[in-house]
Amino acid sequence: MEPPPFDQLFERAADKETPVKYLCLVYLSAEKWNACSDSACAAYAGQLQDSGKLIDGKPLHPVHTATTVRVRNGQATITDGPFAETKEALAGFYLIDARDLNEAIQIAAKIPPAKYGSIEVRPTRELVVDPAEVERYAAAAS
Amino acid sequence: MPAPDIARVRAEIDALYRKDSRRVLATLIRLLGDFERAEEALSDAFRAAMEKWPAEGIPQNPTAWLVSAGRFKSIDKQRRDSRFEHLEDRPDVSESLTDQTTAPDDQELLEDDRLRLVFTCCHPALASDAQVSLTLREVCGLTTEEIAAAFLTPAPTLAQRIVRAKNKIRDANIPYEVPAKEDLPARLDSVLRVIYLVFNEGYLASSGETATRADLSGEAIRLGRLVLELLPEPEVRGLLALMLLHESRREARADEAGELILLDEQDRSRWNRAYIEEGEALVREALSSPRAGAYSIQAAIAAVHAEAPTPADTDWREIVGLYDLLLRFTPSPIVELNRAVAVAMRDGPEVGLAALDALLADGELDKYQLAHAARADFCRRLGRNAEARRAYARAIELTVQGPARRFLEKRLAALPVA
Repeated sequence: MEPPPFDQLFERAADKETPVKYLCLVYLSAEKWNACSDSACAAYAGQLQDSGKLIDGKPLHPVHTATTVRVRNGQATITDGPFAETKEALAGFYLIDARDLNEAIQIAAKIPPAKYGSIEVRPTRELVVDPAEVERYAAAAS
Repeated sequence: MPAPDIARVRAEIDALYRKDSRRVLATLIRLLGDFERAEEALSDAFRAAMEKWPAEGIPQNPTAWLVSAGRFKSIDKQRRDSRFEHLEDRPDVSESLTDQTTAPDDQELLEDDRLRLVFTCCHPALASDAQVSLTLREVCGLTTEEIAAAFLTPAPTLAQRIVRAKNKIRDANIPYEVPAKEDLPARLDSVLRVIYLVFNEGYLASSGETATRADLSGEAIRLGRLVLELLPEPEVRGLLALMLLHESRREARADEAGELILLDEQDRSRWNRAYIEEGEALVREALSSPRAGAYSIQAAIAAVHAEAPTPADTDWREIVGLYDLLLRFTPSPIVELNRAVAVAMRDGPEVGLAALDALLADGELDKYQLAHAARADFCRRLGRNAEARRAYARAIELTVQGPARRFLEKRLAALPVA
Protein backbone atom coordinates (compact mmCIF):
# COMPACT_ATOMS: atom_id res chain seq x y z
CA MET A 1 0.00 0.00 0.00
CA GLU A 2 1.36 3.40 -0.95
CA PRO A 3 1.20 5.68 2.10
CA PRO A 4 -0.16 9.20 1.56
CA PRO A 5 2.47 11.94 1.13
CA PHE A 6 3.69 13.62 4.32
CA ASP A 7 1.84 16.91 4.00
CA GLN A 8 -1.49 15.15 3.71
CA LEU A 9 -0.87 13.41 7.00
CA PHE A 10 -0.35 16.77 8.65
CA GLU A 11 -2.57 17.38 11.62
CA ARG A 12 -1.73 20.26 13.91
CA ALA A 13 -2.35 19.05 17.44
CA ALA A 14 -2.84 22.67 18.54
CA ASP A 15 -5.80 23.16 16.18
CA LYS A 16 -7.66 20.41 17.96
CA GLU A 17 -6.98 21.62 21.49
CA THR A 18 -8.23 24.56 23.47
CA PRO A 19 -5.77 27.44 23.91
CA VAL A 20 -3.46 27.25 26.90
CA LYS A 21 -3.84 29.66 29.78
CA TYR A 22 -0.66 31.44 30.83
CA LEU A 23 -0.14 33.67 33.82
CA CYS A 24 2.06 36.66 33.06
CA LEU A 25 3.47 38.05 36.28
CA VAL A 26 4.80 41.58 36.03
CA TYR A 27 7.80 42.39 38.24
CA LEU A 28 9.21 45.87 38.71
CA SER A 29 11.90 47.40 40.87
CA ALA A 30 11.03 50.32 43.18
CA GLU A 31 12.78 52.80 40.87
CA LYS A 32 10.81 51.64 37.82
CA TRP A 33 7.49 51.18 39.58
CA ASN A 34 5.91 54.23 37.94
CA ALA A 35 7.79 54.03 34.65
CA CYS A 36 4.57 53.09 32.82
CA SER A 37 1.47 55.18 33.11
CA ASP A 38 -1.82 53.51 33.94
CA SER A 39 -3.12 54.80 30.62
CA ALA A 40 -0.45 52.94 28.69
CA CYS A 41 -1.30 49.75 30.57
CA ALA A 42 -5.02 50.28 30.05
CA ALA A 43 -4.47 50.76 26.34
CA TYR A 44 -2.66 47.44 26.04
CA ALA A 45 -5.15 45.62 28.23
CA GLY A 46 -7.90 46.94 25.98
CA GLN A 47 -6.13 45.58 22.90
CA LEU A 48 -5.73 42.19 24.54
CA GLN A 49 -9.36 42.25 25.58
CA ASP A 50 -10.47 43.00 22.03
CA SER A 51 -8.35 40.18 20.69
CA GLY A 52 -10.15 37.80 23.02
CA LYS A 53 -6.88 36.75 24.62
CA LEU A 54 -7.29 38.44 28.00
CA ILE A 55 -9.02 36.37 30.66
CA ASP A 56 -8.22 38.64 33.59
CA GLY A 57 -5.62 41.07 34.84
CA LYS A 58 -5.03 43.56 37.59
CA PRO A 59 -2.40 46.03 38.69
CA LEU A 60 -1.35 45.73 42.32
CA HIS A 61 -0.71 48.26 45.06
CA PRO A 62 3.02 48.60 45.82
CA VAL A 63 4.77 45.93 47.82
CA HIS A 64 4.68 47.78 51.13
CA THR A 65 0.93 47.13 51.18
CA ALA A 66 1.50 43.38 51.15
CA THR A 67 0.73 41.08 54.04
CA THR A 68 1.97 37.49 54.20
CA VAL A 69 -0.01 34.69 55.84
CA ARG A 70 1.49 31.36 56.83
CA VAL A 71 -0.15 28.60 58.85
CA ARG A 72 2.07 26.11 60.67
CA ASN A 73 0.90 23.58 63.25
CA GLY A 74 -2.55 25.13 63.25
CA GLN A 75 -1.09 28.57 64.01
CA ALA A 76 -1.53 31.43 61.58
CA THR A 77 1.41 33.82 61.34
CA ILE A 78 0.75 37.21 59.79
CA THR A 79 3.69 39.32 58.73
CA ASP A 80 4.02 42.71 57.13
CA GLY A 81 5.47 42.68 53.63
CA PRO A 82 5.89 40.27 50.70
CA PHE A 83 6.71 36.56 51.06
CA ALA A 84 10.36 37.41 50.30
CA GLU A 85 12.36 40.56 49.71
CA THR A 86 13.34 40.68 46.07
CA LYS A 87 14.90 43.39 43.92
CA GLU A 88 11.87 43.38 41.65
CA ALA A 89 8.47 42.96 43.25
CA LEU A 90 5.16 41.76 41.88
CA ALA A 91 3.35 44.71 40.28
CA GLY A 92 0.45 43.06 38.51
CA PHE A 93 -0.71 40.08 36.50
CA TYR A 94 -2.39 39.11 33.25
CA LEU A 95 -4.11 35.76 32.77
CA ILE A 96 -4.15 35.13 29.04
CA ASP A 97 -5.26 32.59 26.46
CA ALA A 98 -2.55 31.72 23.96
CA ARG A 99 -2.05 29.09 21.32
CA ASP A 100 1.38 28.14 22.69
CA LEU A 101 4.41 29.51 24.49
CA ASN A 102 5.60 31.45 21.45
CA GLU A 103 2.34 33.39 21.32
CA ALA A 104 2.40 33.90 25.09
CA ILE A 105 5.93 35.29 24.79
CA GLN A 106 4.86 37.66 22.02
CA ILE A 107 1.97 38.90 24.17
CA ALA A 108 4.20 39.27 27.24
CA ALA A 109 6.80 41.22 25.28
CA LYS A 110 4.21 43.87 24.46
CA ILE A 111 3.09 44.39 28.07
CA PRO A 112 4.30 47.98 28.68
CA PRO A 113 6.32 47.27 31.89
CA ALA A 114 8.29 44.60 30.00
CA LYS A 115 10.58 47.44 28.91
CA TYR A 116 11.45 48.25 32.53
CA GLY A 117 11.08 45.03 34.52
CA SER A 118 10.55 41.31 34.07
CA ILE A 119 7.52 39.35 32.97
CA GLU A 120 7.39 35.77 34.17
CA VAL A 121 5.30 33.61 31.84
CA ARG A 122 4.00 30.45 33.47
CA PRO A 123 1.62 27.87 32.01
CA THR A 124 -1.38 27.08 34.19
CA ARG A 125 -2.70 23.61 34.77
CA GLU A 126 -5.89 22.02 35.96
CA LEU A 127 -6.07 20.38 39.34
CA VAL A 128 -5.86 16.61 39.08
CA VAL A 129 -8.68 15.45 41.33
CA ASP A 130 -10.18 12.31 42.73
CA PRO A 131 -13.87 13.20 43.43
CA ALA A 132 -14.05 10.93 46.47
CA GLU A 133 -11.01 12.61 48.02
CA VAL A 134 -12.46 16.04 47.26
CA GLU A 135 -15.61 15.10 49.19
CA ARG A 136 -13.56 13.84 52.12
CA TYR A 137 -11.53 17.06 52.29
CA ALA A 138 -14.62 19.22 51.96
CA ALA A 139 -16.37 17.25 54.72
CA ALA A 140 -13.34 17.48 57.01
CA ALA A 141 -13.16 21.25 56.54
CA SER A 142 -16.81 21.89 57.47
CA MET B 1 12.30 -17.07 1.94
CA PRO B 2 15.98 -17.95 1.38
CA ALA B 3 18.26 -16.81 4.20
CA PRO B 4 20.53 -14.44 2.19
CA ASP B 5 17.51 -12.32 1.25
CA ILE B 6 16.48 -11.90 4.87
CA ALA B 7 20.03 -10.90 5.67
CA ARG B 8 19.98 -8.38 2.82
CA VAL B 9 16.71 -6.88 4.02
CA ARG B 10 18.00 -6.60 7.56
CA ALA B 11 21.17 -4.93 6.28
CA GLU B 12 19.05 -2.43 4.34
CA ILE B 13 16.95 -1.71 7.41
CA ASP B 14 20.10 -1.14 9.47
CA ALA B 15 21.42 1.24 6.82
CA LEU B 16 18.08 3.01 6.73
CA TYR B 17 18.14 3.37 10.47
CA ARG B 18 21.60 4.94 10.39
CA LYS B 19 20.75 7.27 7.55
CA ASP B 20 17.13 8.26 8.07
CA SER B 21 15.88 7.41 11.54
CA ARG B 22 16.29 11.03 12.74
CA ARG B 23 14.34 12.35 9.78
CA VAL B 24 11.55 9.87 10.45
CA LEU B 25 11.59 10.84 14.12
CA ALA B 26 11.32 14.55 13.33
CA THR B 27 8.28 13.94 11.16
CA LEU B 28 6.70 11.69 13.78
CA ILE B 29 7.20 14.40 16.40
CA ARG B 30 5.28 16.78 14.16
CA LEU B 31 2.50 14.29 13.48
CA LEU B 32 2.11 12.98 17.02
CA GLY B 33 2.91 16.24 18.84
CA ASP B 34 5.03 14.51 21.47
CA PHE B 35 8.70 13.47 21.79
CA GLU B 36 8.08 10.33 23.84
CA ARG B 37 5.30 8.99 21.64
CA ALA B 38 7.38 9.72 18.55
CA GLU B 39 10.34 7.77 19.90
CA GLU B 40 8.12 4.80 20.73
CA ALA B 41 6.52 5.04 17.32
CA LEU B 42 9.96 5.07 15.70
CA SER B 43 11.00 1.77 17.33
CA ASP B 44 7.59 0.26 16.58
CA ALA B 45 7.94 1.27 12.95
CA PHE B 46 11.36 -0.30 12.55
CA ARG B 47 10.18 -3.42 14.32
CA ALA B 48 7.28 -3.63 11.90
CA ALA B 49 9.69 -3.23 8.99
CA MET B 50 11.79 -6.11 10.31
CA GLU B 51 8.65 -8.25 10.45
CA LYS B 52 7.02 -7.32 7.15
CA TRP B 53 9.71 -6.43 4.64
CA PRO B 54 11.39 -9.84 4.35
CA ALA B 55 8.06 -11.20 3.10
CA GLU B 56 6.59 -8.14 1.36
CA GLY B 57 9.80 -6.70 0.02
CA ILE B 58 11.25 -3.25 0.65
CA PRO B 59 8.66 -0.56 -0.20
CA GLN B 60 9.16 2.04 -2.94
CA ASN B 61 9.40 4.86 -0.39
CA PRO B 62 10.79 3.27 2.77
CA THR B 63 10.83 6.41 4.95
CA ALA B 64 7.22 7.23 4.11
CA TRP B 65 6.30 3.64 5.00
CA LEU B 66 8.07 3.97 8.35
CA VAL B 67 6.39 7.28 9.16
CA SER B 68 3.01 5.85 8.29
CA ALA B 69 3.58 2.65 10.28
CA GLY B 70 4.87 4.55 13.29
CA ARG B 71 1.97 6.93 13.27
CA PHE B 72 -0.69 4.22 12.97
CA LYS B 73 0.86 2.17 15.76
CA SER B 74 0.99 5.20 18.03
CA ILE B 75 -2.60 6.21 17.41
CA ASP B 76 -3.62 2.62 17.93
CA LYS B 77 -1.85 2.63 21.29
CA GLN B 78 -3.57 5.86 22.27
CA ARG B 79 -6.98 4.45 21.41
CA ARG B 80 -6.36 1.45 23.63
CA ASP B 81 -5.23 3.71 26.45
CA SER B 82 -8.65 4.94 27.70
CA ARG B 83 -7.23 8.10 29.28
CA PHE B 84 -6.67 9.51 25.81
CA GLU B 85 -10.02 8.73 24.30
CA HIS B 86 -11.35 11.85 22.66
CA LEU B 87 -13.93 11.53 19.97
CA GLU B 88 -12.35 14.20 17.81
CA ASP B 89 -9.01 12.45 18.02
CA ARG B 90 -9.99 9.59 15.74
CA PRO B 91 -7.77 10.07 12.73
CA ASP B 92 -8.98 8.38 9.62
CA VAL B 93 -6.48 8.34 6.84
CA SER B 94 -9.14 8.19 4.14
CA GLU B 95 -10.62 11.38 5.60
CA SER B 96 -9.82 14.07 3.09
CA LEU B 97 -7.20 16.20 4.75
CA THR B 98 -6.63 18.21 1.61
CA ASP B 99 -9.64 20.35 2.41
CA GLN B 100 -8.26 21.13 5.84
CA THR B 101 -8.21 24.77 6.95
CA THR B 102 -5.28 26.85 5.69
CA ALA B 103 -1.91 25.69 6.94
CA PRO B 104 0.10 28.26 8.86
CA ASP B 105 2.43 30.52 6.85
CA ASP B 106 5.57 28.92 8.14
CA GLN B 107 4.54 25.68 6.51
CA GLU B 108 5.56 27.14 3.18
CA LEU B 109 9.00 28.00 4.47
CA LEU B 110 10.39 24.55 4.88
CA GLU B 111 10.14 20.94 3.88
CA ASP B 112 12.43 19.54 6.46
CA ASP B 113 10.98 18.57 9.80
CA ARG B 114 14.47 18.40 11.15
CA LEU B 115 14.76 22.17 10.87
CA ARG B 116 11.54 22.53 12.87
CA LEU B 117 13.03 20.17 15.36
CA VAL B 118 16.30 22.15 15.53
CA PHE B 119 14.52 25.44 16.22
CA THR B 120 12.36 23.78 18.86
CA CYS B 121 15.32 22.09 20.53
CA CYS B 122 17.18 25.44 20.47
CA HIS B 123 14.26 27.41 21.95
CA PRO B 124 15.49 30.18 24.28
CA ALA B 125 12.93 29.12 26.89
CA LEU B 126 15.11 26.03 27.42
CA ALA B 127 18.28 26.21 29.47
CA SER B 128 21.29 26.77 27.25
CA ASP B 129 23.01 23.47 28.00
CA ALA B 130 19.69 21.71 27.56
CA GLN B 131 19.37 23.12 24.04
CA VAL B 132 22.65 21.55 23.01
CA SER B 133 21.96 18.21 24.71
CA LEU B 134 18.47 17.99 23.30
CA THR B 135 19.58 18.80 19.75
CA LEU B 136 22.39 16.30 19.89
CA ARG B 137 20.02 13.66 21.19
CA GLU B 138 16.92 14.31 19.08
CA VAL B 139 18.31 15.71 15.86
CA CYS B 140 21.61 13.89 15.62
CA GLY B 141 20.78 10.71 17.47
CA LEU B 142 23.75 10.77 19.85
CA THR B 143 23.32 8.60 22.90
CA THR B 144 23.21 10.16 26.34
CA GLU B 145 26.63 8.61 27.04
CA GLU B 146 28.19 10.18 23.95
CA ILE B 147 26.83 13.60 24.81
CA ALA B 148 27.91 13.23 28.44
CA ALA B 149 31.45 12.38 27.30
CA ALA B 150 31.55 15.42 25.02
CA PHE B 151 30.69 17.74 27.88
CA LEU B 152 32.57 15.98 30.66
CA THR B 153 29.28 15.57 32.52
CA PRO B 154 28.08 12.42 34.29
CA ALA B 155 25.57 10.55 32.12
CA PRO B 156 22.74 10.58 34.73
CA THR B 157 23.05 14.37 35.03
CA LEU B 158 22.86 14.67 31.25
CA ALA B 159 19.85 12.35 31.11
CA GLN B 160 18.06 14.41 33.75
CA ARG B 161 18.81 17.57 31.82
CA ILE B 162 17.16 16.14 28.71
CA VAL B 163 14.14 14.89 30.64
CA ARG B 164 13.68 18.31 32.22
CA ALA B 165 13.90 20.00 28.83
CA LYS B 166 11.29 17.68 27.31
CA ASN B 167 9.03 18.24 30.30
CA LYS B 168 9.33 21.96 29.84
CA ILE B 169 8.48 21.66 26.14
CA ARG B 170 5.40 19.69 27.10
CA ASP B 171 4.26 21.67 30.15
CA ALA B 172 4.94 25.16 28.84
CA ASN B 173 3.60 24.18 25.43
CA ILE B 174 6.62 25.09 23.34
CA PRO B 175 5.30 24.59 19.84
CA TYR B 176 6.94 22.40 17.26
CA GLU B 177 7.50 25.10 14.67
CA VAL B 178 9.92 27.43 12.97
CA PRO B 179 9.89 30.88 14.64
CA ALA B 180 7.92 33.71 13.05
CA LYS B 181 9.97 35.72 10.55
CA GLU B 182 10.48 38.64 12.95
CA ASP B 183 11.89 36.32 15.62
CA LEU B 184 14.13 34.33 13.32
CA PRO B 185 17.40 36.30 13.53
CA ALA B 186 17.60 36.14 17.32
CA ARG B 187 16.62 32.48 17.40
CA LEU B 188 19.25 31.75 14.82
CA ASP B 189 22.24 32.44 17.11
CA SER B 190 21.15 29.61 19.31
CA VAL B 191 20.90 27.28 16.38
CA LEU B 192 24.30 28.19 14.93
CA ARG B 193 25.95 27.58 18.26
CA VAL B 194 24.44 24.14 18.52
CA ILE B 195 25.28 23.22 14.91
CA TYR B 196 28.90 24.15 15.47
CA LEU B 197 29.08 22.06 18.61
CA VAL B 198 27.65 19.10 16.71
CA PHE B 199 30.18 19.59 13.94
CA ASN B 200 33.02 19.60 16.44
CA GLU B 201 31.71 16.47 18.08
CA GLY B 202 31.91 14.76 14.72
CA TYR B 203 35.21 16.27 13.81
CA LEU B 204 37.13 15.11 16.82
CA ALA B 205 35.56 12.67 19.25
CA SER B 206 35.99 13.74 22.85
CA SER B 207 37.30 10.35 23.82
CA GLY B 208 37.75 6.90 22.41
CA GLU B 209 39.84 5.55 19.63
CA THR B 210 38.58 7.22 16.47
CA ALA B 211 39.82 10.70 15.74
CA THR B 212 36.77 11.75 13.76
CA ARG B 213 33.11 10.84 13.39
CA ALA B 214 32.24 11.52 9.79
CA ASP B 215 28.48 11.21 9.95
CA LEU B 216 28.00 13.92 12.62
CA SER B 217 30.07 16.44 10.73
CA GLY B 218 28.13 15.69 7.56
CA GLU B 219 24.94 16.08 9.53
CA ALA B 220 26.07 19.46 10.86
CA ILE B 221 27.01 20.62 7.36
CA ARG B 222 23.66 19.53 6.01
CA LEU B 223 21.90 21.42 8.80
CA GLY B 224 24.04 24.44 8.02
CA ARG B 225 22.96 24.30 4.38
CA LEU B 226 19.30 24.04 5.32
CA VAL B 227 19.51 27.01 7.65
CA LEU B 228 21.37 29.00 5.00
CA GLU B 229 18.56 28.39 2.52
CA LEU B 230 16.04 29.63 5.03
CA LEU B 231 18.02 32.57 6.30
CA PRO B 232 20.88 33.73 4.04
CA GLU B 233 22.63 35.64 6.82
CA PRO B 234 26.40 36.31 6.75
CA GLU B 235 27.08 34.36 9.93
CA VAL B 236 25.21 31.32 8.61
CA ARG B 237 27.39 31.55 5.53
CA GLY B 238 30.42 31.99 7.76
CA LEU B 239 29.61 28.94 9.83
CA LEU B 240 28.98 26.77 6.79
CA ALA B 241 32.26 27.96 5.27
CA LEU B 242 34.09 27.19 8.49
CA MET B 243 32.68 23.67 8.63
CA LEU B 244 33.41 22.97 4.96
CA LEU B 245 36.98 24.19 5.26
CA HIS B 246 37.61 22.02 8.31
CA GLU B 247 35.90 19.07 6.67
CA SER B 248 38.02 19.49 3.55
CA ARG B 249 40.99 18.19 5.52
CA ARG B 250 39.26 15.04 6.78
CA GLU B 251 41.16 12.61 4.59
CA ALA B 252 44.51 14.16 5.47
CA ARG B 253 43.94 14.63 9.17
CA ALA B 254 44.51 11.10 10.33
CA ASP B 255 46.52 8.18 9.00
CA GLU B 256 45.18 4.63 8.40
CA ALA B 257 45.87 3.77 12.03
CA GLY B 258 43.72 6.71 13.14
CA GLU B 259 46.73 8.68 14.37
CA LEU B 260 46.63 12.47 14.20
CA ILE B 261 48.56 14.36 11.53
CA LEU B 262 49.03 18.04 12.25
CA LEU B 263 48.24 20.74 9.72
CA ASP B 264 51.85 21.38 8.79
CA GLU B 265 52.47 17.69 8.08
CA GLN B 266 49.29 16.87 6.17
CA ASP B 267 49.36 15.72 2.57
CA ARG B 268 47.61 18.70 1.02
CA SER B 269 46.84 16.77 -2.15
CA ARG B 270 44.31 14.88 -0.05
CA TRP B 271 42.39 18.02 0.84
CA ASN B 272 38.92 18.21 -0.69
CA ARG B 273 39.27 21.00 -3.26
CA ALA B 274 35.54 21.23 -3.94
CA TYR B 275 34.85 21.94 -0.27
CA ILE B 276 37.67 24.46 -0.17
CA GLU B 277 36.39 26.33 -3.21
CA GLU B 278 32.88 26.36 -1.82
CA GLY B 279 34.16 27.48 1.57
CA GLU B 280 36.27 30.26 0.11
CA ALA B 281 33.37 31.58 -1.95
CA LEU B 282 31.14 31.60 1.12
CA VAL B 283 33.80 33.42 3.16
CA ARG B 284 34.19 36.15 0.54
CA GLU B 285 30.43 36.65 0.45
CA ALA B 286 30.10 36.63 4.23
CA LEU B 287 32.92 39.10 4.83
CA SER B 288 31.45 41.57 2.36
CA SER B 289 28.62 42.22 4.82
CA PRO B 290 28.82 44.49 7.87
CA ARG B 291 26.97 41.76 9.76
CA ALA B 292 29.86 39.33 9.41
CA GLY B 293 31.03 38.12 12.79
CA ALA B 294 33.03 35.50 14.65
CA TYR B 295 32.17 32.52 12.45
CA SER B 296 32.98 34.40 9.25
CA ILE B 297 36.36 35.48 10.61
CA GLN B 298 37.23 31.99 11.79
CA ALA B 299 36.31 30.75 8.34
CA ALA B 300 38.59 33.39 6.82
CA ILE B 301 41.47 32.06 8.93
CA ALA B 302 40.74 28.53 7.74
CA ALA B 303 40.64 29.83 4.17
CA VAL B 304 44.12 31.35 4.51
CA HIS B 305 45.44 27.92 5.45
CA ALA B 306 43.50 26.28 2.64
CA GLU B 307 45.04 28.49 -0.05
CA ALA B 308 48.63 27.77 0.94
CA PRO B 309 50.06 25.07 -1.38
CA THR B 310 52.65 24.20 1.28
CA PRO B 311 52.89 25.05 4.99
CA ALA B 312 55.77 27.41 4.25
CA ASP B 313 53.49 29.43 1.95
CA THR B 314 51.02 30.15 4.75
CA ASP B 315 50.33 33.83 5.13
CA TRP B 316 50.79 34.04 8.92
CA ARG B 317 50.69 37.82 8.91
CA GLU B 318 47.17 37.76 7.55
CA ILE B 319 46.22 35.11 10.09
CA VAL B 320 47.51 37.20 12.99
CA GLY B 321 45.55 40.15 11.62
CA LEU B 322 42.42 38.03 11.46
CA TYR B 323 42.91 36.87 15.05
CA ASP B 324 43.20 40.52 16.09
CA LEU B 325 39.84 41.09 14.42
CA LEU B 326 38.36 37.96 15.96
CA LEU B 327 39.39 39.12 19.43
CA ARG B 328 37.16 42.15 18.98
CA PHE B 329 34.17 39.82 18.52
CA THR B 330 35.07 37.04 20.92
CA PRO B 331 37.73 38.11 23.41
CA SER B 332 38.68 34.84 25.05
CA PRO B 333 41.87 33.19 26.36
CA ILE B 334 41.50 30.45 23.76
CA VAL B 335 41.46 32.91 20.89
CA GLU B 336 44.44 34.63 22.49
CA LEU B 337 46.20 31.25 22.58
CA ASN B 338 45.58 30.64 18.91
CA ARG B 339 46.82 34.13 18.16
CA ALA B 340 50.00 33.44 20.15
CA VAL B 341 50.63 30.34 18.06
CA ALA B 342 50.16 32.35 14.88
CA VAL B 343 52.51 35.02 16.22
CA ALA B 344 55.10 32.31 16.88
CA MET B 345 54.80 31.20 13.28
CA ARG B 346 55.19 34.76 12.05
CA ASP B 347 57.88 35.98 14.46
CA GLY B 348 59.52 32.86 15.86
CA PRO B 349 58.95 30.61 18.91
CA GLU B 350 60.63 32.97 21.41
CA VAL B 351 58.05 35.71 20.76
CA GLY B 352 55.20 33.20 20.78
CA LEU B 353 56.40 31.74 24.05
CA ALA B 354 56.44 35.16 25.69
CA ALA B 355 52.87 35.81 24.56
CA LEU B 356 51.77 32.36 25.72
CA ASP B 357 53.42 32.63 29.13
CA ALA B 358 51.62 35.92 29.71
CA LEU B 359 48.34 34.10 29.07
CA LEU B 360 49.21 31.13 31.26
CA ALA B 361 50.12 33.51 34.09
CA ASP B 362 46.47 34.61 34.12
CA GLY B 363 45.53 31.08 35.07
CA GLU B 364 42.55 30.74 32.73
CA LEU B 365 44.27 28.36 30.32
CA ASP B 366 45.77 26.11 32.97
CA LYS B 367 43.30 23.25 32.43
CA TYR B 368 43.41 23.59 28.66
CA GLN B 369 45.66 20.91 27.19
CA LEU B 370 46.33 22.78 23.96
CA ALA B 371 47.96 25.62 25.91
CA HIS B 372 50.48 23.22 27.42
CA ALA B 373 50.92 21.38 24.13
CA ALA B 374 51.69 24.70 22.43
CA ARG B 375 54.11 25.67 25.19
CA ALA B 376 55.79 22.30 24.89
CA ASP B 377 56.18 22.80 21.16
CA PHE B 378 57.71 26.28 21.50
CA CYS B 379 60.16 25.01 24.13
CA ARG B 380 61.04 22.03 21.98
CA ARG B 381 61.83 24.28 19.01
CA LEU B 382 63.97 26.48 21.23
CA GLY B 383 65.87 23.43 22.50
CA ARG B 384 64.55 23.96 26.05
CA ASN B 385 63.95 20.26 26.48
CA ALA B 386 63.40 20.00 30.23
CA GLU B 387 60.65 22.61 30.02
CA ALA B 388 59.23 20.90 26.94
CA ARG B 389 59.13 17.62 28.83
CA ARG B 390 57.20 19.20 31.74
CA ALA B 391 54.76 20.91 29.42
CA TYR B 392 54.07 17.74 27.41
CA ALA B 393 53.52 15.83 30.65
CA ARG B 394 50.99 18.41 31.81
CA ALA B 395 49.24 18.37 28.44
CA ILE B 396 49.08 14.56 28.51
CA GLU B 397 47.58 14.68 32.01
CA LEU B 398 44.79 16.86 30.68
CA THR B 399 44.10 14.78 27.58
CA VAL B 400 41.72 11.84 27.58
CA GLN B 401 42.80 8.60 25.91
CA GLY B 402 42.90 8.64 22.16
CA PRO B 403 44.76 9.93 19.12
CA ALA B 404 45.46 13.37 20.64
CA ARG B 405 47.00 11.81 23.72
CA ARG B 406 49.08 9.34 21.71
CA PHE B 407 50.36 12.21 19.56
CA LEU B 408 51.58 14.06 22.65
CA GLU B 409 53.15 10.91 24.09
CA LYS B 410 55.06 10.41 20.85
CA ARG B 411 56.32 13.99 20.94
CA LEU B 412 57.39 13.55 24.54
CA ALA B 413 59.19 10.33 23.76
CA ALA B 414 60.95 11.96 20.80
CA LEU B 415 62.56 14.66 22.94
CA PRO B 416 66.30 14.28 23.34
CA VAL B 417 67.13 12.69 26.68
CA ALA B 418 69.59 15.32 27.84
